[in-house]
Amino acid sequence: MNLEDLKKIREKAEKDIELRQKKTRIKIVVGMGTSGIAAGAREVLKTFVEEISNRNLLDVVVTQTGEKGLASQEPMIEIFEEGKPVIVYGNIDKKKAQGIVENHIVGGRPVMEYVIEAK
Amino acid sequence: MNMVRNHVLISIDANTIIAGARAVEDALIKEIARQGLSQEIVVLETGSVGIEDQGVVLVVYPEGIYYTNITPAEVPELVEEHLLKGRVVHRLMLKETPKRFVITKEKTGLMKEQPRIVLKNCGFINPESIDEAIAADGYQAAAKALSSMKPDEIIAEVKHAGLTGRGGAAFPTGLKWEFASKVDNPVKYIVCNADEGEPGTFKDRLILEGDPHKLIESMIIGGYATGATKGFVYIRGEYELSIERLEKAIADARSYGLLGTNIFDSGFDFDITVMKGAGAYVCGEETALIESIEGKRGHPRNKPPYPITAGLWGKPTIVNNVETLSNIPEIILKGAENFKKYGTEKCSGTKVYTILGHVATPGLIETEMGTTLRDIIFEYGGGIKDGKRFKCALVGGAAGAFLGPDMLDVKMDFVNLREYAAALGSGAILVMDEDTDIVDMLKSVLHFFKHESCGHCVPCRLGTARLVELIDRIAASKGTSKDVEGLTRISETMKDTSFCPLGQSLILPVSSSLKYFKDEILARVQ
Amino acid sequence: MYKETILKKFEPRLDNILYILHELQDNNEQHYVSKEDLKLCADYLSVPYSFVHGVATFYTMFSLTPRGRNIIRLCDSPPCHLMGSGSLLDYLKNKLKIDVGETTKDGVFTLELTSCLGVCGVAPALMMNNATIGKLTPEKVDAILEERRKSL
Ligand SMILES: Cc1cc2nc3c(=O)[nH]c(=O)nc-3n(C[C@H](O)[C@H](O)[C@H](O)COP(=O)(O)O)c2cc1C
Ligand code: FES
Repeated sequence: MNLEDLKKIREKAEKDIELRQKKTRIKIVVGMGTSGIAAGAREVLKTFVEEISNRNLLDVVVTQTGEKGLASQEPMIEIFEEGKPVIVYGNIDKKKAQGIVENHIVGGRPVMEYVIEAK
Repeated sequence: MNMVRNHVLISIDANTIIAGARAVEDALIKEIARQGLSQEIVVLETGSVGIEDQGVVLVVYPEGIYYTNITPAEVPELVEEHLLKGRVVHRLMLKETPKRFVITKEKTGLMKEQPRIVLKNCGFINPESIDEAIAADGYQAAAKALSSMKPDEIIAEVKHAGLTGRGGAAFPTGLKWEFASKVDNPVKYIVCNADEGEPGTFKDRLILEGDPHKLIESMIIGGYATGATKGFVYIRGEYELSIERLEKAIADARSYGLLGTNIFDSGFDFDITVMKGAGAYVCGEETALIESIEGKRGHPRNKPPYPITAGLWGKPTIVNNVETLSNIPEIILKGAENFKKYGTEKCSGTKVYTILGHVATPGLIETEMGTTLRDIIFEYGGGIKDGKRFKCALVGGAAGAFLGPDMLDVKMDFVNLREYAAALGSGAILVMDEDTDIVDMLKSVLHFFKHESCGHCVPCRLGTARLVELIDRIAASKGTSKDVEGLTRISETMKDTSFCPLGQSLILPVSSSLKYFKDEILARVQ
Repeated sequence: MYKETILKKFEPRLDNILYILHELQDNNEQHYVSKEDLKLCADYLSVPYSFVHGVATFYTMFSLTPRGRNIIRLCDSPPCHLMGSGSLLDYLKNKLKIDVGETTKDGVFTLELTSCLGVCGVAPALMMNNATIGKLTPEKVDAILEERRKSL
């Protein structure tokens, strides 16, 4: 590894991320730190993956990240959508996740009841 | 001086942002500028104004007129009519002004803006993707350090930044590195202390799980600066996910050549091994940790010699906490001066706190050194839960002190708290409301110490057992005032005679609880 | 025999002792390090039996007595204590009809206490085998126990 290599990897990583973003309309990010998992994030992640594939939503990706520090709101998820504010949902469980897919991801209407932040 | 004629408040909360508040705000500022009104009219963001389901909400002062359901299309009309000509646009106006004008502060609680250095990427990148880490500035500091800085330049920068250890003892990191670099020995080790056993602390876990590459990068820099070519990360056995993620990150870094030989063509070789603990609080103490890595019972060693001269397998060893190390990339990339902009004169940078117990939003924050307890509890923690009153907070973990209301406004950093016979320790803040039974809490603290006393030295082994007997008796209302005196006497003896800081630090919770709540405790005895 | 395979995964160096003990215990049906395991480990690392015994007893994650199929480790450090782990402990003891350190008659659960698990933001918390679970309530505890029983 030298400086040139790192630069190349960085450029490629940035391009890949951009490319992925182009292909995806919506990105769902689930907080998968231990606090999130302890509060049920694994089931939430599973629910999203299942719902997305059952509905064959090819332009939606589900991915994970670490913990932000907002333990009381775990499990937490964020929805990224081009040209729209990022929506953060808190205290999500299986049922709420299904509701979010149905109303927000498919229907385009965020479920305000569970929104804890928009940015 | 400019005369401000009108204030336009734009409500920014989840509802209005989804309704497009940002676009309206942009349009408003542009239109005001276009009309040449920028000097007279100020646009201010505010939190929720208590009006829901009415789209984007604006309030124009001093008139106090509410406009609802505003889109960028209406902005030119509003600016021209109301702000330029002074004519209220009735069509867009809210007919019934809310009775109580509530402005909730923008972004309170844990959503409040935080200066994040060590946790910059936590919760943003996918921790299992090295590419995402690299795209988020990962390994840039290591590249800079190894290709353009000499080891002593790095040490000088870290020293100048004033970084102190975040593991509890607050020893200056630059100085530790300097000592280590001057020890003449072909074999040196750098050990990252990720044993994190202090009750109420989980900051290191967030970094290990959320941004493991930052730690790897920091250790590469630390190794290069001090001449250590082998790193160990000692992670407590309960942190399964941290171990898994760090191991994957190390493997990925190896496959990219970021660990291994001749990193960044600098001729420097470095590699990292993960060690898994098995449940012993005392192994967080650096010499006990070294014993444990060597495969022994985790008993603390005699000091001196300090690990810097004779540590792991007798070789010079640098031990640093996860949070301490995670500050390094920022210092290298942006310089010491920039780092010193954060924090207090004696303690620069940020500190990660865990806010727990009876607060509205428990969790974890990173904020500048010197933030007061009041700000942490009431601004970030959202205040006391259920509208109750603050009683006290146990600051610094189980080995910390109970702090009452008089300490709420003290600037907290490692140096300043010491003057109040308290300690910042690991940054754990356990908040208790007015209904908390202090005897019960002290009992929990003492039980913790009895359980975790390693049994190596007599004062600590017997002392913790005695203290638990006393507090159990007091809690069961079977004690006497002699038992209460016994608490102080024993912990004072332990302070003077225990072998390691575990036994020495019990005096903090004991004496501070007696300082504030002696009457409450005495009321429980005969 | 599986124990041989475990040993062979690690070089016979003393600094691997915790890893070896962890693996031996994790792969033991009764979740403990047996005398035989200690002996194997001692021979493999060429250290006295008493040394390995000393190490194994020092660390709380190791048990030298047989345990149930599922190990419940309830956190009782101050933050969890403040948020009600004490009453959960009573609840668990009643429900399982055992005391701390004991195993249910059917051998399904062992109840232990642990120090802070580092998830105090979602206190009270426990570890069920390798999984950490937080925001506990009696109902949630019931569901967790039920789920474990079902997966027998
Ligand atoms: C009983 C005891 C427990 C400790 N636990 C930890 C710990 O969990 N993590 C940690 O980083 N330091 C812990 N320390 C402090 C370490 O001994 C040491 O000071 C620290 O790792 C040095 O790193 P720093 O200079 O980066 O803070 C503990 C100390 C004592 C006495
Ligand atoms: S105190 Fe229970 S997890 Fe920290």
